[in-house]
Amino acid sequence: MDKVTVTIDGITLEVPSNYTVLQACREAGIDIPTLCYAEVINEIGSCRLCVVEIDGVRNLPASCIYPVQHGMNIRTNTPRVREARRVNLELILSNHDRNCLTCIRNTKCELQDLAERFGIADIEFQGEDVNYPLDDVSPAIVRNPNKCVLCRRCIAECQEVQNVFAIGAVNRGFDTLVSSPFYVSLNDSPCISCGQCITACPTGALYEKDHIQRVYRALADKRKHVVVQTAPAVRVGLGEEFGMPVGSIVTGKMVAALRRLGFEVVFDTDFAADLTIMEEGSELIERLKYGGKLPMITSCSPGWINFCEKYYPDFMENLSTCKSPHMMLGALIKTYYAEKMGWNPEDVYVVSVMPCTAKKVEIERPENMHDGIQDVDAVLTTRELARMIKEAGIDFVNLPDEEFDQPLGMSTGAAVIFGATGGVMEAALRTVSEIVEGKPLDKIDFEEVRGLEGVREATVTVDGLDLKLAIVNGTGNAKKLLDKIRSGEVEYHFIEIMGCPGGCITGGGQPIHHPNEMAEVRKLRAAAIYQADKNLPLRKSHENPAIKQIYEEYLGHPLGEKSHHLLHTQYTSKPLYRVTR
Amino acid sequence: MLYRSHVMVCGGTGCTSSGSDNVAAAFVSEIKKAGLDKEVAVIRTGCFGLCELGPVVVIYPEGVFYSKMKPEYVPEIVEEHLLKGRPVTKYLFGETVSEKEIKPLEETTFYKKQMRVALRNCGIIDPEDIEEAIAMGAYEALGKVLTTMTPEQVIDEMKKSGLRGRGGGGFPTGLKWEFAHKQKETPKYVVCNADEGDPGAFMDRSIMEGDPHSVLEGMAIAGYAIGANHGVIYVRAEYPLAVKRLQIAIKQAREYGLLGGNIFGTDFSFDVEIRFGAGAFVCGEETALLNSVMGRRGEPRPRPPYPAVKGLWNKPTIINNVETFANVPAIISNGAAWFSSIGTEKSKGTKVFALTGKVNRTGLIEVPMGTTLRDIIFDIGGGIPDGKRFKAVQIGGPSGGCIPEEHLDTVIDYDSLISLGAMMGSGGLVVMDEDTCMVNVAKFFLEFIVDESCGKCAPCRIGTKRMLEILDKITSGKGEPEDIDRLEKLATTIKDTALCGLGQTAPNAVLSTLRYFRNEYEAHINQKKCPAGVCQALLSYTIIADKCRGCGLCARNCPVNAISGQLKQPFVINQEACIKCGTCFEKCPFGAIVKQ
Repeated sequence: MDKVTVTIDGITLEVPSNYTVLQACREAGIDIPTLCYAEVINEIGSCRLCVVEIDGVRNLPASCIYPVQHGMNIRTNTPRVREARRVNLELILSNHDRNCLTCIRNTKCELQDLAERFGIADIEFQGEDVNYPLDDVSPAIVRNPNKCVLCRRCIAECQEVQNVFAIGAVNRGFDTLVSSPFYVSLNDSPCISCGQCITACPTGALYEKDHIQRVYRALADKRKHVVVQTAPAVRVGLGEEFGMPVGSIVTGKMVAALRRLGFEVVFDTDFAADLTIMEEGSELIERLKYGGKLPMITSCSPGWINFCEKYYPDFMENLSTCKSPHMMLGALIKTYYAEKMGWNPEDVYVVSVMPCTAKKVEIERPENMHDGIQDVDAVLTTRELARMIKEAGIDFVNLPDEEFDQPLGMSTGAAVIFGATGGVMEAALRTVSEIVEGKPLDKIDFEEVRGLEGVREATVTVDGLDLKLAIVNGTGNAKKLLDKIRSGEVEYHFIEIMGCPGGCITGGGQPIHHPNEMAEVRKLRAAAIYQADKNLPLRKSHENPAIKQIYEEYLGHPLGEKSHHLLHTQYTSKPLYRVTR
Repeated sequence: MLYRSHVMVCGGTGCTSSGSDNVAAAFVSEIKKAGLDKEVAVIRTGCFGLCELGPVVVIYPEGVFYSKMKPEYVPEIVEEHLLKGRPVTKYLFGETVSEKEIKPLEETTFYKKQMRVALRNCGIIDPEDIEEAIAMGAYEALGKVLTTMTPEQVIDEMKKSGLRGRGGGGFPTGLKWEFAHKQKETPKYVVCNADEGDPGAFMDRSIMEGDPHSVLEGMAIAGYAIGANHGVIYVRAEYPLAVKRLQIAIKQAREYGLLGGNIFGTDFSFDVEIRFGAGAFVCGEETALLNSVMGRRGEPRPRPPYPAVKGLWNKPTIINNVETFANVPAIISNGAAWFSSIGTEKSKGTKVFALTGKVNRTGLIEVPMGTTLRDIIFDIGGGIPDGKRFKAVQIGGPSGGCIPEEHLDTVIDYDSLISLGAMMGSGGLVVMDEDTCMVNVAKFFLEFIVDESCGKCAPCRIGTKRMLEILDKITSGKGEPEDIDRLEKLATTIKDTALCGLGQTAPNAVLSTLRYFRNEYEAHINQKKCPAGVCQALLSYTIIADKCRGCGLCARNCPVNAISGQLKQPFVINQEACIKCGTCFEKCPFGAIVKQ
């Protein structure tokens, strides 16, 4: 890349010619304030907080979208710039519900940070502020328009990244509002509940539907046996909520914290991930052998399932019939484990701690109920669990490591990598290869399916058959791939699709970071996931002794009748809009 | 077929709404009745300009000008004028009639100081007949360009002419074309911005309605210059007549081989399609317009990249407004030297204005750049009605500013208007007299802006709303001295930081009135008075005891029983109860009630 020379507040430096003024300023060590800016996905220049003075430019351009030019003289801290930024910030604040104390993002809010940074003591421009009702109909996501600053980062995530188009800007001028078309609730919109909008939001305008209170109620209920399970990605995210570095693996502390919160049994969703591999792997082998529908597509990600049912129902037959792992475990806890313990299933309360908001919807699917009892009763996001731990005053960072309860807490490295994009594929390959070829793998790591690119392809030879594979993360990328499959441009045997960019490690329920940091966050959390895999003695699902035990004791064999009943599900095409009369 | 007489009935929007359809129908039937239908043709034209006197009819070859026509006058005109050759002077525009002669239209004060370049064919041709346009020279310039000039020469000619964009910004047209010409990406696009949205403006509308071919020809020339084969006209759906005439013009031009493949037998192809706007003011901003054409929300996007680099469908695109395109063929035909001889040093050619408000002759005018505001308002416009005093002229639409009397002798060009805190805009001129409250005017334009803001950037979305709230406060008598500072602070930030041209110019109405009429703001705030007597909340009605005859009419008409008194004694208004509706003021037969 060519370099250009620019002068910023008297400092002359060389920067790549494709830089924006903002990038150049940050390189010069000047942290220009921004609010709407999200690298690549939302470069729209709408908040006007990053304005600077540039010689020869009449007004104050937004540095986030203004390209550098050779010889440019930029000033970032003049009275004119300071006044303009302050006035714009005060204007945004003047139309914002400023009840910070009762806001879910209190102390974790970009707008609050800016107000603090600018030392806002008084808001000079008072006037009408918007007052819209809360949209809390969706089982997963709550939208509070009165906290919205119209930065549109959520829209960028929903439209540009995820291609879901559940929300956009409606009305105009002062009445502009982020909403679904025709003001329908998110619940009746094309929303897939992936929650990426939540992680993009700088304020408290978007957050998960609270399940903390129902969990507290269950914990306080003497008759209930409250069993908790945790998804693989939670253990590489939770520590961040307590100031630990991104990518810290906190499995043992998490288990200890859950026990201290009063959960009677702490199981690991990873067990069910191993089980998923047994079922899904067998399903793949069957489809390959007997000419079943190909490519087979994974079904662990409820965000992706929602997307498929709404936008690509013609691919529903391609979906593996396996339930997602935590739903499998929920079903087993209320049957196999309850029987074992002599508990009445009605007295068992299953809580899943998930990096995901779509799971909150998933537990309400009629397919995930048996005899009128939900397999899982509550889903806490990683963030919600952190809130509970904080409220309880548990010193998380200094907790001792504890182990999961058995037998449904035993798992392998193949299960933990479910948390990263490519993990389900790799776990499946480890098992399918060994089963089909009947001999141990030479190499456990399938590096060719790892990575963070949105769409990846690989070919793996299993018993002489070249398996054509694709790994996709983010529904926007899924759309690209599925369109190519539809048009016959590409063909595969097996595809892993995760609804969120990066997979579960950066799901909609994980600790929030600025969108610009997400690439790095993904990398670190993924590295942690693969490290956790390496740390485990067993790394292939079919070697998990607890899995062997449950097939012997209860399920019989993969794809057997019990499995079919408890571990598999079906899909229904869903309209983009639910019209109510 | 040749006719001995032509009856030109204005079919512009103004005259159509004052009833020219019926006038034209009356002419057709009366002419037929008189057996003259083989000799006299009735033609619907575009706007003549003198909308105030509509419906207008001009009869050629005499070129006499009938004003305020009614269908019932038509039999007499057919009988006297068309049959017997005696113009009916009582129906003629008074100014053209003297004892000795009937003056041609060009010599009236309304037309004398005008110069019609963009409007050259408006009112002269039937806009729905391409042959009439061709007879007036349409498509000659396109022929010249395609057969004798290279694209570079065309651009050079445009640059030399000094033509600047007529849509408001005043960017040099030749330069814009050159940027697009230099782009390697293809395809390229030519877009005509016909989203005229300023309140009271109808310049572009009149050109499209009166001479649509001038726009098509200008676009084709631009297409040749930059290397584009596709043109898009973005026109408001609220302009049905303009749309219809454009559609007819496009169809006819295609039939005549003047649009489409291999124009004039050359290898240049160019076609035009029409896209409708739904009436959002912001879609006149070029990047919002492009979004709208592409089916997206009509919101501006950041520039750079400019449309010349990444425009429609992210391809190199030039966007010019209707009037700009209409000037192009005239420049090519008459030469850049001719065009640049008109106007001022930095603003060449002519400018079309819609003259409205408190002025005697409202209408559509075209004057050379460099004409003074005084000439426009007092000579062409005939001054202020009812002997009132001129107060200010608002120029440039909602983004423009108000210019007071002391600057009436300013010559109009892009730069002088900017220095006065106004702008050329697309050419709306609203004249205001002494009865106008300037704070209220600022509020009016700001209300428009608040309504039309797209809502994308914070300063425009929230800032203009806050400014309007302050103005509301001031005009309702609740203003505080700090409010002026607040207005200025907001205005400065919005101007400095808004994303697009709409936002950056949104505070102009407030800034220019603060600059020239600050005392009115202060009177509202400090004395709680509206000097022009407009702001209801600041008025009080009182009965002058000396003048009151005690008739009681006021008390009987007061809707809130705020007036009391005994017959034949002076009545009194209870100020606490008064709702300032003004009924008593209107009813008093003795002028005993004053409004202050």
